[in-house]
Amino acid sequence: MSLDAHLVVTHPGFSLDVELTAAPGEVVALLGPNGAGKTTALRSLAGLAALDDGHVTLDGVRLDDEPPENRRIGVVFQDYLLFPHLTALDNVAFGPRCRRVPRRQARDTAREWLERVGLAEHVRKKPRQLSGGQAQRVALARALAAEPKLLLLDEPLAALDARTRLDTRSALRGHLTSFPGATVLVTHDPLDALMLADRLVIIEDGRIVQSGDAATITAQPRTDYVARLVGLNLYRGRADGTTVLLPDGFSLITAVPQEGAVFVAFPPSAVSLFAARPEGSPRNTWPATVTSVARHGDALRIELTGPLAVAADVTPAAAVQLELEPGREVWATVKATEATAYPA
Amino acid sequence: MPPALAIPAIAGLVFLVLPLFGLLWRAPWSTLPERLTEPGILAALRLSLLTATLATAVSLVLGVPLAWLLARTEFPGRRFVRALVTVPLVLPPVVGGVALLLVFGRRGLLGGWLDATFGVSLPFTTAGVVAAEAFVAMPFLVISVEGALRGADARYEEAASTLGATRWTAFRRVTLPLIAPGVAAGAVLCWARALGEFGATITFAGNFPGRTQTMPLAVYLALEQDLDAAIVLSLVLLVVSIGILAALRDKWVAP
Repeated sequence: MSLDAHLVVTHPGFSLDVELTAAPGEVVALLGPNGAGKTTALRSLAGLAALDDGHVTLDGVRLDDEPPENRRIGVVFQDYLLFPHLTALDNVAFGPRCRRVPRRQARDTAREWLERVGLAEHVRKKPRQLSGGQAQRVALARALAAEPKLLLLDEPLAALDARTRLDTRSALRGHLTSFPGATVLVTHDPLDALMLADRLVIIEDGRIVQSGDAATITAQPRTDYVARLVGLNLYRGRADGTTVLLPDGFSLITAVPQEGAVFVAFPPSAVSLFAARPEGSPRNTWPATVTSVARHGDALRIELTGPLAVAADVTPAAAVQLELEPGREVWATVKATEATAYPA
Repeated sequence: MPPALAIPAIAGLVFLVLPLFGLLWRAPWSTLPERLTEPGILAALRLSLLTATLATAVSLVLGVPLAWLLARTEFPGRRFVRALVTVPLVLPPVVGGVALLLVFGRRGLLGGWLDATFGVSLPFTTAGVVAAEAFVAMPFLVISVEGALRGADARYEEAASTLGATRWTAFRRVTLPLIAPGVAAGAVLCWARALGEFGATITFAGNFPGRTQTMPLAVYLALEQDLDAAIVLSLVLLVVSIGILAALRDKWVAP
């Protein structure tokens, strides 16, 4: 049950050209900003949008000319699209019924699936009587009950509030682990992608910009979007030993020497701010101007301009002491040991 | 409320309601019981209810798929077809009756062939009444169902297809239940229009008591001979149509 797809969709002003593979049991997250083409990719996999070129192959069988109902590709839609006139049970039994399973047997299957997602006592409810988290689980059960070879999830947690999202995410992770087929998950939330997927494929403007496992991508982002996503400051330059020369003339000192084109990345927490030029050790020191201050978890995220545009995380106490507000001029430092360089 | 709106609004209401009061005011209440049991009235009423219901059934069977075609598919000339469907809405019913005669009449486009092949002849029969009513009333249903289809989220059909449903299954098990209120509203409109149909019926099916003489035809005929009889017939038609519409409205059409 492996997927091998090359998705080419061309619209005026937008084109998608993405190669995508997924092994049986593997969960691949398609991650990207809004408008990157994630949903178009998912719709063309499912057969809901036509491919202009390329192919969709599942288990060695070409599916790109097959209508959606013949593809055995299950979809959990972003807003679930549970049939409002059917009970949760009949929603889940819909897939088996379409495969000509007798009504009783289809309902038994549906009941088993609803039990598996923890909704045994809600089988008779109509979708409008379900909470967001419950509706999400019914949608998952409905897709799985149709015994798909490939499961597609479109922003499966986006419609949920933060608390429900946490519970639903870990439950979803369990169900995806026990699903034998391949799964493609579309999301713009890096946490969903990191928690649910074995492999990340990041697309921007209809093209893959980076793919790999979570550890590689979070440690070594290759575009500004990915860097922001995983919360790193990212720069591209040329390394000569431990000195990396950036295009605008600024140099960063790193701990591990590299040669040639490289990325340099460091987290906002590695940036320290001072009211006056600090004495002594840090190799990377530059004057900077605060452009914005925003809450970020327990810390404050400070955006700065200057020779190096950078995000810094400071404690509220430090922010008060330094009188950080837009327009404030400070000195920023990053230790060489915190700045990681890797080949571009 | 500004008088510029209030005065014409009230005048409009009076204009619409006053004729109904006129009917009630002039009704021959003392002789009503005997008149109501006259066999001619019952026969006309029975025929009217039967033909309006059959015409609605025909309109549902043909009109719902037609509405689906107009709302859910793209084909060249779709807008033109849609305009054609609405022609009977604006066509004077008498013209519709003449047109039906030209097609289904004994020497019409299809009439001769239908008669020779199946022994079926529509003009001046009860089936002809149903045909005339369906011709005039079906566009109401088509327009109403098409609107409901356009309002219904087509992505439910996509969801159904990913679960293995063919377009026909998706239509039957998802779309149709979703647009049921719109279909019901269209059927009620269609039925009411068929019940009141006069021009196409008298032109295409004639005016034979018990066979093609529906209530509106009976009212018109009575008006020439016996005003009180015409009033009684009108009252019956009024009560039946309002009664059935009210009952259906509570059950189906209520928001």
